Amino acid sequence: MMISQFFVLSQRGDNIVFRDYRAEVPKGSTETFFRKVKFWKEDGNAEAPPIFNVDGVNYFHVKVVGLYFVATTRVNVSPSLVLELLQRIARVIKDYLGVLNEDSFRKNFVLVYELLDEVIDFGYVQTTSTEVLKSYIFNEPIVVSPARLQPIDPAAIFTQGAKRMPGTAVTKSVVANDPGGRRREEIFVDIIEKISVTFSSSGYILTSEIDGTIQMKSYLSGNPEIRLALNEDLNIGRGGRSVYDYRSSSGSGVILDDCNFHESVRLDSFDSDRTLSLVPPDGEFPVMNYRMTQEFKPPFHVNTLIEEAGRLKAEVIIKIRAEFPSDIIANTITVQMPLPNYTSRASFELEPGAAGQRTDFKESNKMLEWNLKKIVGGGEHTLRAKLTFSQEFHGNITKEAGPVSMTFTIPMYNVSKLQVKYLQIAKKSSSYNPYRWVRYVTQANSYVARI
Amino acid sequence: MAPPAASQRYPSPSQPSGKSEVSDLKTQLRQLAGSRAPGVDDSKRDLYKKVISYMTIGIDVSSVFGEMVMCSATSDIVLKKMCYLYVGNYAKGNPDLSLLTINFLQRDCKDEDPMIRGLALRSLCSLRVPNLVEYLVGPLGSGLKDNNSYVRTIAVTGVLKLYHISPSTCIDADFPATLKSLMLHDSDAQVVANCLSALQEIWSLEASHSEEACREKESLLSKPVIYYFLNRIKEFNEWAQCLILELAVKYVPSDSNDIFDIMNLLEDRLQHANGAVVLATVKVFLQLTLSMTDVHQQVYERIKSPLLTLVSSGSPEQSYAILSHLHLLVVRAPFIFAADYKHFYCQYNEPSYVKKLKLEMLTAVANESNTYEIVTELCEYAANVDIAIARESIRAVGKIALQQYDVNAIVDRLLQFLEMEKDYVTAETLVLVKDLLRKYPQWSHDCISVVGGISSKNIQEPKAKAALIWMLGEYAQDMSDAPYVLENLIENWEEEHSAEVRLHLLTAAMKCFFKRAPETQKALGTALAAGIADFHQDVHDRALFYYRVLQYDVHVAERVVSPPKQAVSVFADTQSSEIKDRVFDEFNSLSVIYQKPSYMFTDKEHRGPFEFSDEVGNISITPEASSDIVPAQQYEANDKDLLLGIDEKDENKGVSNNNGSAYTAPSLESSSNITSQMQELAISGPATSATTPQSFGFDDLFGLGLSTAPAPTPSPPLLKLNARAALDPGAFQQKWRQLPISLTQECSVNPQGIAALTVPQSLIKHMQSHSIHCIASGGQSPNFKFFFFAQKESEPSNYLTECIINTSSAKAQIKVKADEQSTCQAFTTVFETALSKFGMP
Repeated sequence: MMISQFFVLSQRGDNIVFRDYRAEVPKGSTETFFRKVKFWKEDGNAEAPPIFNVDGVNYFHVKVVGLYFVATTRVNVSPSLVLELLQRIARVIKDYLGVLNEDSFRKNFVLVYELLDEVIDFGYVQTTSTEVLKSYIFNEPIVVSPARLQPIDPAAIFTQGAKRMPGTAVTKSVVANDPGGRRREEIFVDIIEKISVTFSSSGYILTSEIDGTIQMKSYLSGNPEIRLALNEDLNIGRGGRSVYDYRSSSGSGVILDDCNFHESVRLDSFDSDRTLSLVPPDGEFPVMNYRMTQEFKPPFHVNTLIEEAGRLKAEVIIKIRAEFPSDIIANTITVQMPLPNYTSRASFELEPGAAGQRTDFKESNKMLEWNLKKIVGGGEHTLRAKLTFSQEFHGNITKEAGPVSMTFTIPMYNVSKLQVKYLQIAKKSSSYNPYRWVRYVTQANSYVARI
Repeated sequence: MAPPAASQRYPSPSQPSGKSEVSDLKTQLRQLAGSRAPGVDDSKRDLYKKVISYMTIGIDVSSVFGEMVMCSATSDIVLKKMCYLYVGNYAKGNPDLSLLTINFLQRDCKDEDPMIRGLALRSLCSLRVPNLVEYLVGPLGSGLKDNNSYVRTIAVTGVLKLYHISPSTCIDADFPATLKSLMLHDSDAQVVANCLSALQEIWSLEASHSEEACREKESLLSKPVIYYFLNRIKEFNEWAQCLILELAVKYVPSDSNDIFDIMNLLEDRLQHANGAVVLATVKVFLQLTLSMTDVHQQVYERIKSPLLTLVSSGSPEQSYAILSHLHLLVVRAPFIFAADYKHFYCQYNEPSYVKKLKLEMLTAVANESNTYEIVTELCEYAANVDIAIARESIRAVGKIALQQYDVNAIVDRLLQFLEMEKDYVTAETLVLVKDLLRKYPQWSHDCISVVGGISSKNIQEPKAKAALIWMLGEYAQDMSDAPYVLENLIENWEEEHSAEVRLHLLTAAMKCFFKRAPETQKALGTALAAGIADFHQDVHDRALFYYRVLQYDVHVAERVVSPPKQAVSVFADTQSSEIKDRVFDEFNSLSVIYQKPSYMFTDKEHRGPFEFSDEVGNISITPEASSDIVPAQQYEANDKDLLLGIDEKDENKGVSNNNGSAYTAPSLESSSNITSQMQELAISGPATSATTPQSFGFDDLFGLGLSTAPAPTPSPPLLKLNARAALDPGAFQQKWRQLPISLTQECSVNPQGIAALTVPQSLIKHMQSHSIHCIASGGQSPNFKFFFFAQKESEPSNYLTECIINTSSAKAQIKVKADEQSTCQAFTTVFETALSKFGMP
């Protein structure tokens, strides 16, 4: 159950913080760890797994904003406990620093040590609740301004951070006061959906899944109770065991395969009216995670054509069509496609008048890359690429290239149709009316079209 | 405020040792120490930060210890905290200087601010200096009684720290007893949780030499304690919940109601967003239901969805940990997951360690109904840009082919791989085709026609080359150019670096020669000459052997080198089922990640709460100590293993009977199966009565050690046991799994013996005096269970015994397993006689 050390390393392997709780792992563990991760070659994998053992010491790590959060232990502990803990430590630190990056870390390392002392004692986890920790923390954060962030544009906020864990609601510390002195009363609820779709070469959907999170970040004083109402036609577990079934809405109900909840969530009335009630603790946390394999309309349709054009040439045509309403705009779209190994050159041709688009052929890994700043709902874009090969190809060219994969972010759009119908805050007085932000975003997790 | 070392933004350890900076700091700290000027705290904070920043990056700043301590007389809590951090880091290396800090830490322990009391106490206990422990007892004692829960939480962990510095001081102060009472009565959940973890650690370490600690450790697993925790589990934070769940795993439920009560209490923990809580709950469910086949399978069904949700909701690292556990479950019960195979499809951007696991899972769940889809998907990966994954995918296709009955379509796909003309794809496929041919010789025709078209020049990897050469030799009659291809390869003997390939060349040339002598004779001659001249010993030896055997008689040579082959029906699994079971027992631990039991990667003292046999290990090394130790979980774990074996068999039965939907198998049927098996065994074992005069005779023999006494007729062989026999617990378990039950017996235990059993150790001592050693024991009145072993005096032949004594019926049930069946009866007699004397004066 216990860990021996915790440390954070930069991408270059420098110690940013280092805490030894039990003095049972020999010196040099940070170097051992870094060497192992940097030069990992075992079992044909290029990437070090999050857990490995060197000389009887178990190393756990998660990567957050390019930093390694590492724990070591000699004990046969629960692996998900330690990985969960590392992730949680990162979140707590972020709650306090507002922005989590190497710079803010270095400026605030004393505060980080203060946190670490309360989070873990003698290797045992004490608490990871930002709320509980507040009463033990005395250092004030030195706020680092988030780089190149336009605070007015919610989309910009959403695109911050790592791909898999988006949705940094806001970048202010839970303990820092606003310049004005008083804190603004506000609460953020983000519905973040990561979608995975695989299309067959003929355009059929082979697999599709939505992994969603309702994330909350509360800056409300006095911890009022909150009620969060979801779609009434929400069903959990396929097979529709709920009373709501398909009665009213010919199968249009939202059916989740499964979901789980943060421990502060009370489900007393969830079965009857799909309402979650909770007293939100400080800091950012997921209220609910859900998973859905019910069919949905994929936001983009991808059409790829690859044609031989002579003995040493071929042409690739990629067409993407946005299948969502025109008042919705997707941004930061990237389309990638591996090209045959013997491709020596690629020249691109965009549609006339194309703006905010970039194309690239990455020689090192033979990757075609197409970036689009934004795509308006209903829009369609085409890329033509002429390939030149260094040797004659044989066999089937489609087996040598592809698949086409996409990443994108679509703010204010969610494919599952899961909705927060209302967000009720238990009133303290008639004048109390905090800001409430309910935001939706859809991101590609793995969006792949085979050719 | 400036970051540490503002002048050099990111100091790295490679920079100069920072000596001048440190001496600079020293002077500055000195100047500030006595100052009472306004704003001095701010300057101190800056300096302290610098010191700690140096400390973090590995510069030795221990030389400012004195100055830091001098400056610590402050009411500024931020300063205090930094000072504590510093002191904690360097105290061990400077015990003399640490003495300086004791004073102010002790004073702070009495501060009126509970925050400062707590912090000071924590630092005091973290000094890790043995000669300072006397100063800890007082503050710890009052800390445990503090009216503030923060201070108590810290004090509890402080006790554990003290124990690690000086166990005797901790025990003498009777702290464990205080912790126990706090654990059962404190109102603060974190205090209770810390008590639990501290006591578990202390009592586990003490248990090796204290009977009392052993009892205390067991008492944590008693029904009232377990329910005390489980009933209020929601009051604890998620991490403490994991601790409680780990404890509950070791609890032995009294009956099935007990099991269902616990499962109902914990049902909603499966919906927790924290994967660690869910996995710990899953472990409780799985372990509780091991003996109830149908419920066990329902548990699999129940946990599937929550685990899949966790896989997709966390970071890739968290997914990996959950997925590793799913992997274990999938491999154990593939049919339960067969319909969910799409969840194990690889996503484009997943890290390769995740993809690799998924490929193995796809291989495991493949059955008649989903193989087509799975293989189609795998074939897509074979063209993957990630070559390692492409290779794994091809191997997965091959594995599926080897485990299926209908391989027709799969063989076609494999042959298509060969047409892709990618070197690594061809290489992997050749190896697979070779294995397939060994299992399904009937496919040789199709395969050979494709393989024959491959140019050996394009194949560089030794394994693939060896596979191709093997096929050339084996199917020389069907491949028209086989002798010429071999000849070509043999001509390039010098350039062939791999000994494995050269060995295969020799054998293939021989086989080809037997089938097509005129065309091969020359090549074979060249090969043998080159082989005999080879510097590699094995190659040389094999060539020489072939040469001589050919000289002796060509027909004999053919019989030796190329006998008619039988198809391989099952390829040996790389992991024994014993290891797999061990890993399953250690669910929710690193064993699952590494896919090996903890004894393979951990030192004994660090195996953690999952490991039971390290304690047993101590016993077997020093048999004298064994009577002191009766850890309940040892028995429990051993017992579980046994149940598991039966369980798995039943699951498999389910598959074959019900074609993949075996969850409905009623438990009655399966349990009656087990009992009937046992009955059969009981009947088949030769009956012996417990109290025949003969066996008394035997015991006399033993007791007196008179080897001259005449053997009774009909004479079972004389059996002498080794008084100092040793058997390591792992070996015991392995044997217990492997050996069949030789004898099952029931006998009565005399009333004095039953009375003496109130202290189960006494039986262990008693049996030991008869050279029968206990390896694990447990249970509660009325049922006690013991595992014994004994060894023949003269040779390492073992007898393993399971003995269940029911005190209310005064009966003992004995199961004996033996390396040597012939002396089993004799041993049983010895055992029974020894048992019958238990309790006699």
